[in-house]
Amino acid sequence: MVAEISHPLSKYLREAMMPHIWCSGCGNGIILNCFVQAVDELQIDLKKLVVVSGIGCIGRAAGYINTDSFHTTHGRPIAFATGVKLANPDLEVVVISGDGDLFAIGGNHFIHAARRNIGIKVICANNFNYGMTGGQQGPTTLLEAFTTTTPYGNIEHPFNLVHLAAASGATYVARWTTLHVRRLTQSIKKMLQKEGFNFIEVVSPCPEIFGRRNRMRTGLQMMEWFKKASIIEHFSDPAKADITPERIVVGEFVDIEKPCYEKLLYDKMAQILT
Amino acid sequence: MKTENNRTVLTGTHFMNGDIACAEGALAAGCKFFAGYPITPATEIAEHLSKRMPEVGGIYIQMEDEIGSIAAVIGASYTGLKAMTATSGPGFSLMQENIGLAVMTEAPCVIVDIMRGGPSTGQPTLPGQQDIMQAKWGSHGDYEIIALAPSSVQEMFDLTIEAFNLSETYRVPTMVLADEVVGHMWEKVVIPPAEKIRIVNRKKPNTSPEKYLPYMPDDDLVPPMACFGEGFSFHATGLTHDEHGYPKTSSSGVQQKLVKRLCEKIRKNADKIVKVREFMVDDAEVIVVAYGIVARAALSAVKEARKTGIKAGLLRPITIWPFPEKLIAKIAEQAKKIVVPEMNCGQLVREVERNVQGTSVVFLSKLGEDPHTPMEILEAIRRNC
Repeated sequence: MVAEISHPLSKYLREAMMPHIWCSGCGNGIILNCFVQAVDELQIDLKKLVVVSGIGCIGRAAGYINTDSFHTTHGRPIAFATGVKLANPDLEVVVISGDGDLFAIGGNHFIHAARRNIGIKVICANNFNYGMTGGQQGPTTLLEAFTTTTPYGNIEHPFNLVHLAAASGATYVARWTTLHVRRLTQSIKKMLQKEGFNFIEVVSPCPEIFGRRNRMRTGLQMMEWFKKASIIEHFSDPAKADITPERIVVGEFVDIEKPCYEKLLYDKMAQILT
Repeated sequence: MKTENNRTVLTGTHFMNGDIACAEGALAAGCKFFAGYPITPATEIAEHLSKRMPEVGGIYIQMEDEIGSIAAVIGASYTGLKAMTATSGPGFSLMQENIGLAVMTEAPCVIVDIMRGGPSTGQPTLPGQQDIMQAKWGSHGDYEIIALAPSSVQEMFDLTIEAFNLSETYRVPTMVLADEVVGHMWEKVVIPPAEKIRIVNRKKPNTSPEKYLPYMPDDDLVPPMACFGEGFSFHATGLTHDEHGYPKTSSSGVQQKLVKRLCEKIRKNADKIVKVREFMVDDAEVIVVAYGIVARAALSAVKEARKTGIKAGLLRPITIWPFPEKLIAKIAEQAKKIVVPEMNCGQLVREVERNVQGTSVVFLSKLGEDPHTPMEILEAIRRNC
């Protein structure tokens, strides 16, 4: 008799949803792994965890995680999560979505949720393009990068997401790549233990859709780029953290304390009722 | 900080405007979450709830736009609260995609649309009935929703409660389609004691989390609803999904089963949902079909016509969607003419025409000004008797 062995983290996943839809070499699995690792290390009550995602490759993550989860319309996970968090502030509400979902179509919700400092934890998989629709230019596509809609090279300046998050009022802001798995996991743990609107950008490889048009045909080649270009500079100026082919500044950028929206709201309500 | 009133149900006789009556109706129905964005002529609903929600332990939030408002409402609904938003035409347009999400994920919620003149920015301060078709068809795909049309301030209170009850019963977004006049006019409102108000709450699952299938319907085609944080650990998605809530986007069988059920849970229950008011219809030869503020003028016109011996009657759909098809077909059998006055270029009249066999239908349009006067409708009755 051979005892059946299951992966120690498998209880966090909906195995009925497997196999996942992600391409080989994609970074989304690493992000999902780091997230459930963080949840496991913190022993977060799965009954109190809600994972919300938008549309895109990483948008399927909500369905893969074995908690209450909602796969919203394109761009709206943060607005949906706002309703969840206010309706039950005891819930840990995490948004896992992509750069196009959170910063193009959903950009307005991101900056306003950060401004309110509502207790939503946002993990953004930044793969520099719209992977699910076949690799179009997006709000984080680097200058001169090739995508299916920038066949002559991108002429749009990309967002610097950590700068945007910091300027909008997020109380915790970090950037890692999928190469930095231990640091990313630690960062997710920190974010989950902290009040307010917290944000982690994860620079993630998309060899199949993005990399192959930009001389990085495999996941390994993309990871080699991250390894070569990444510089850890904790608490450096987010305004100077633009991602370029030569330089990806990673680390924690913001870690401040500020009253969160749901606390201010419930305190105000208590005041009114007494 | 003391407040004047922390009662949820303001039992008594009041003088209030339609928007405020709608807000009070929501509270009486048990609404505990409002997300909205300022827009004329619906803003008073948000203003009133910003004051009243904290008094009753409910949540008020002003979102960054109407897309965010409806998304937050769906989030709150999935977390167990009765939730509402209120808007007018332009905001209603912005909400359409997520109304589809609420349909697909069967999120009970109420959307109030105080209709002004459109298209586009149109006439923010003037009444319209131009969102009738958008309410039914505004989101993509096939679906059914419920929409109610109040024609008095009292009905703004009563039908907002009814909208919550229907929404909770059928797990479907339910709309209160009022025009600017009904939203802004002041009238007497009688609010009954709380125990006299019928309140419906969504069905909860009576199985264990392990056995719970979030989209497995009961015989009434409506699945019981668990909420986030209750330990059921379930998944919801706007994608085509099976009874588990898992995406099945390539299966024609799953798509047919799901979309047909979403339509049929309303269509098959239409007789229970549909409400109309009839006035002197029994022997009528000319029947006016009117809703909202226009129905008030139509009633006066019918009464005047009767005084001069014209056999006129009024049928007022309270339920706009599902459309009272059977009742319209029935009156068409007896009436020689049906007169449909609307503050648009012809919307609900299409549904009337679709459901009458051979009876001629006269459309009376009014656009960009005050609603029809009783005289205008009376003249139409006289011309067609």
